[in-house]
Amino acid sequence: MTDLRKVNIDGKEYEMPGRYTLMQACEEAGAEIPRFCYHERLSVAGNCRMCLVEWVGAPKPMASCAMSLNDLRPNRDGSPANIRTNSDTVRKAREGVMEFLLINHPLDCPICDQGGECDLQDQAIGYGRSETRYDEDKRAVEEKNMGPLVKTVMTRCIQCTRCVRFITEVAGVEELGLVNRGEHAEITTYLQANLTSELSGNVIDLCPVGALTSRPYAFSARPWELRKTETIDVMDALGSAIRVDARGSEVMRILPRLNDEINEEWISDKTRFVWDGLKRQRLDKPFVRVNGKLRPASWDEALATVAEKLQGDPDKIGAIAGDLADMESVKALKDLMENLGVRSIDCRQDGAHIGEQGRSGYIFNSGIAAIEEADAILLIGTNPRVEAPVLNARIRKAWLEGDAQIALLGAKSDLTYPHTYFGNAPSDLESLSTKKHPFITAMRKAKNPMIIVGMDALSRADGAQILRAVGKLAAEWKLVREDWNGFNVLHSAAGRVGALDLGFVPLKGGMNTGKILKAAQSGELDTLFLLGADELPMDQIKDTFVVYLGSHGDAGAHRADVILPGAAYTEKNASFANTEGRWQQTRAATAPKGDAKEDWKIIRALSDHAGRTLPYDTVQDLRKTMSTPKDEVFDPAKLGAAGKIKAAVFAPSSRSFWFTNPIARASEVMAQCASAQVTQLEAAE
Amino acid sequence: MLADKDRIFTNLYGREDWRLPAAKKRGCWNGTGDLMALGSEWIIDQIKASGLRGRGGAGFPTGLKWSFMPKEVGKRPHYLVVNADESEPGTCKDRDMMRHDPHLLIEGCLIASFAMKAHTAYIYLRGEYVFERERLQAAIDEAYEAGLIGKNACGSGWDFDLFVHHGAGAYICGEETALLESLEGKKGQPRLKPPFPANAGLYGCPTTVNNVESIAVTPTILRRGADWFSSFGRPGNAGTKVYCISGHVNKPCNVEEAMSIPLKELIETHAGGVRGGWENLKAVIPGGSSVPCLPRDICDTVLMDFDALSEHKSGLGTAGVIVMDQSTDMVQAITRLAYFYKHESCGQCTPCREGTGWMWRVLTRMCEGKAEMSEIDMLLNVSQQIEGHTICALGDAAAWPVQGLIRHFRHEIEDKINRYRMNKNVHAVAAE
Repeated sequence: MTDLRKVNIDGKEYEMPGRYTLMQACEEAGAEIPRFCYHERLSVAGNCRMCLVEWVGAPKPMASCAMSLNDLRPNRDGSPANIRTNSDTVRKAREGVMEFLLINHPLDCPICDQGGECDLQDQAIGYGRSETRYDEDKRAVEEKNMGPLVKTVMTRCIQCTRCVRFITEVAGVEELGLVNRGEHAEITTYLQANLTSELSGNVIDLCPVGALTSRPYAFSARPWELRKTETIDVMDALGSAIRVDARGSEVMRILPRLNDEINEEWISDKTRFVWDGLKRQRLDKPFVRVNGKLRPASWDEALATVAEKLQGDPDKIGAIAGDLADMESVKALKDLMENLGVRSIDCRQDGAHIGEQGRSGYIFNSGIAAIEEADAILLIGTNPRVEAPVLNARIRKAWLEGDAQIALLGAKSDLTYPHTYFGNAPSDLESLSTKKHPFITAMRKAKNPMIIVGMDALSRADGAQILRAVGKLAAEWKLVREDWNGFNVLHSAAGRVGALDLGFVPLKGGMNTGKILKAAQSGELDTLFLLGADELPMDQIKDTFVVYLGSHGDAGAHRADVILPGAAYTEKNASFANTEGRWQQTRAATAPKGDAKEDWKIIRALSDHAGRTLPYDTVQDLRKTMSTPKDEVFDPAKLGAAGKIKAAVFAPSSRSFWFTNPIARASEVMAQCASAQVTQLEAAE
Repeated sequence: MLADKDRIFTNLYGREDWRLPAAKKRGCWNGTGDLMALGSEWIIDQIKASGLRGRGGAGFPTGLKWSFMPKEVGKRPHYLVVNADESEPGTCKDRDMMRHDPHLLIEGCLIASFAMKAHTAYIYLRGEYVFERERLQAAIDEAYEAGLIGKNACGSGWDFDLFVHHGAGAYICGEETALLESLEGKKGQPRLKPPFPANAGLYGCPTTVNNVESIAVTPTILRRGADWFSSFGRPGNAGTKVYCISGHVNKPCNVEEAMSIPLKELIETHAGGVRGGWENLKAVIPGGSSVPCLPRDICDTVLMDFDALSEHKSGLGTAGVIVMDQSTDMVQAITRLAYFYKHESCGQCTPCREGTGWMWRVLTRMCEGKAEMSEIDMLLNVSQQIEGHTICALGDAAAWPVQGLIRHFRHEIEDKINRYRMNKNVHAVAAE
């Protein structure tokens, strides 16, 4: 579109798209526009009045966030409209607004957690008066309860309503609002209930002042003391861009970074608040079980013990990679196992039936950002709100802004957007396309149709048959085209796609997770290597010798005979492939705890002890051996396996959002969230 | 003085029956279908030619406003919304029109809706007007029954529905976009403009919001001709107008008079004069509480129309004339208004939310004289910081009375401060 408009900004003429707001235009022209309520990912409220600019000839200054160049009229003589961002009018207007914002603001910056990263502080310096003229009593507002994550000091609130708009528009739950009028206006959750959104922590970042701050982080650090490391998240399979702020050896908080392809600028509450789990239940030295009891051991002793066990019959050895396993350690472990002749390796500890027919069969093919382009989305056996809250917000956006139609076949849940519900019987998948339903018609006619199939469907015993049925639907509705691939698998484990990419699945003749566990139960398995695998029924493993390599003392470590302490995701430079198959790297924000080491180095050292030295000494050398599987012709109809889908319905997942991995399970904050959720649900009943 | 034959609201005082037969006798609903047969463009042209300016306060030319509506109905229906949220202190004209002459309004709604190609109109009624709602609804029911509105209204072939919506009594809901929000069932907070209601109003559809009086006068204008209407008042301020005279007058009243009538004549002829005689007058707020007050010397000569009053930095507003005699404590009077605006501010945008309370607090101290001299200028400055910086006009409305006070009665504030200091024997202390 060549809808260009001429405009004169601060004396210079520019030509810019007419849809630009005055704020965008001024910024493009290099002028800085202060703002509080405006946020580019939220609707325009125009209520803070900080962004006023002068339109020469207009009776009043204009809120630049709310007016577009198209709204401007040229001057009488036909010359382009004049916008001023530095005139006296503008300066006075900003000064006035700033003064109004400050008169009832407590100015308690020394005890405010926002101090040092506060928009109000910064802009008061830039645009405010040097002293106050307000001699009256200041307003005080009672604190509001918003749950265990968001701490409120509502006296500091400047009523910009960013939080209200975020919770309503992006998170999709109408739980925050501005009540009362005039100077009695207050932001509150209705009846002071907890926020139930999995994205609620984002209001802390959005709040331009210290009214909403992080409760777990309260009073623990100042922003200038923190060492900031840009890395990625592993709490779900999205690989959201995050920044880890650490002081010394401690992670103090986690914040989102911008990545439009994945998380825009939001992260889930689990991603944000899991950091206290990094300090608890840590494995900081090797342990060896002697006479039924674990005792600390030296690295040499532990590795030698494991190496000895690995010399046994390779057919009686198994290895399972867990949900948080990074690609380097998976690759090293696979190489070691292959070297030893071990064929029973698997990265699907939940037994998901994926990864057998090529890469397109197990990744989120369209990409996360493409959800916005989708016009019909069918969710199968998944609850994205719990499995990937940020992705769920993207689906909501597709509905809100793109009018996408959405349907769910799976356990019923509140997804935050209206959707057609096709029940929770997976066997209905086979007849779904014959249904006379507007959604099915929409799916057939859609320009960008999309199926998102989740682990609830694929990790069932009949997952392969479900996958076949889903694949057939995808083929029938032509989801895979030259310019569009709408067949999407939504993973819940951060390490899964990476491990599948590296082929950490049973080698020819090897056993998969289910069979390995069976062998362990019947005593046919001598040694089991768990690479951070904790979501297994450990009580089924009888006399097998269990080696656990991981960062947290969770189920795996409790059962282990030898514990090799590894690094958590904030402590290593490691690769992860997200659900889209996007390879990304974490960066170490702190050192591993105690004697713990980066996981791949442990395996490399173990290979030495076992006399099968792996051929790489640096992580660069190791990465050179890693590559994505080749593209193949993708035929969704051939996915999975033929057979009958069982009658059992999709049950609501018993795993809580807050406890999906060992780090989260070690976190006190996550436990508080879970118990607050339960309390609130009980109170509601 | 306006001759009786030239009055539009012939039953403003309720001396006659309000019902349909009586209204018809007064000329209401006379040839409505024929007027509509002349076409919507003709109607809009007539209203433009009559020089009618909006009677709700801002004085925007009504015909022009109507012409902003899309010429053809697209995918979105058009709406007419009548603003009957008459909450401006000192104003009570719409109330009498609705309870004594409701059919004028209903007929106006039909004609205006037809002119703007709207099949539906809403009357948003002030929350406190319970009796008026009952009366208005009864009149609407009569009109439906008589086939004047509803399907094929007045035999014109035009289908028209009219609904009364009862507000909850918030002043801000008289602001047109806040009114639309409230009508949609949301919290009454003004919207950002643009987009203007003619483009995206009620439920996002083209909408025109008009005051009760603007709509109620249209049938008579069309019947008697634009020339007749524009023959009253000065150019640019045409027509007749219902004035509400209250305060320190002998006979407070609503009265229909020609525009541009001298204020003094208006008060003396219709309201029985100022209590204690014209010499006893101190100030007049000529257009409802939002406009700045005028001292007596201006009141001596000023004409009651948009232009004359704005020359004196005041405004015609709703023509709610509040008369205050020498017994009035101007500072207290304006403080009370400041409290009203503080109370009614919606709290959405910063200057109004924070500034109205600040002004009221300073004024409250000034009532006692507990203030510094320098604070008078500060107060003026604060009011200017609110004015023009807000989403809607409530900020302006809160600022203007204070500015009027300081402009004309600064000495009263100074006297209070001096008296307080003398009484308390307090010497001026440097501001902290």
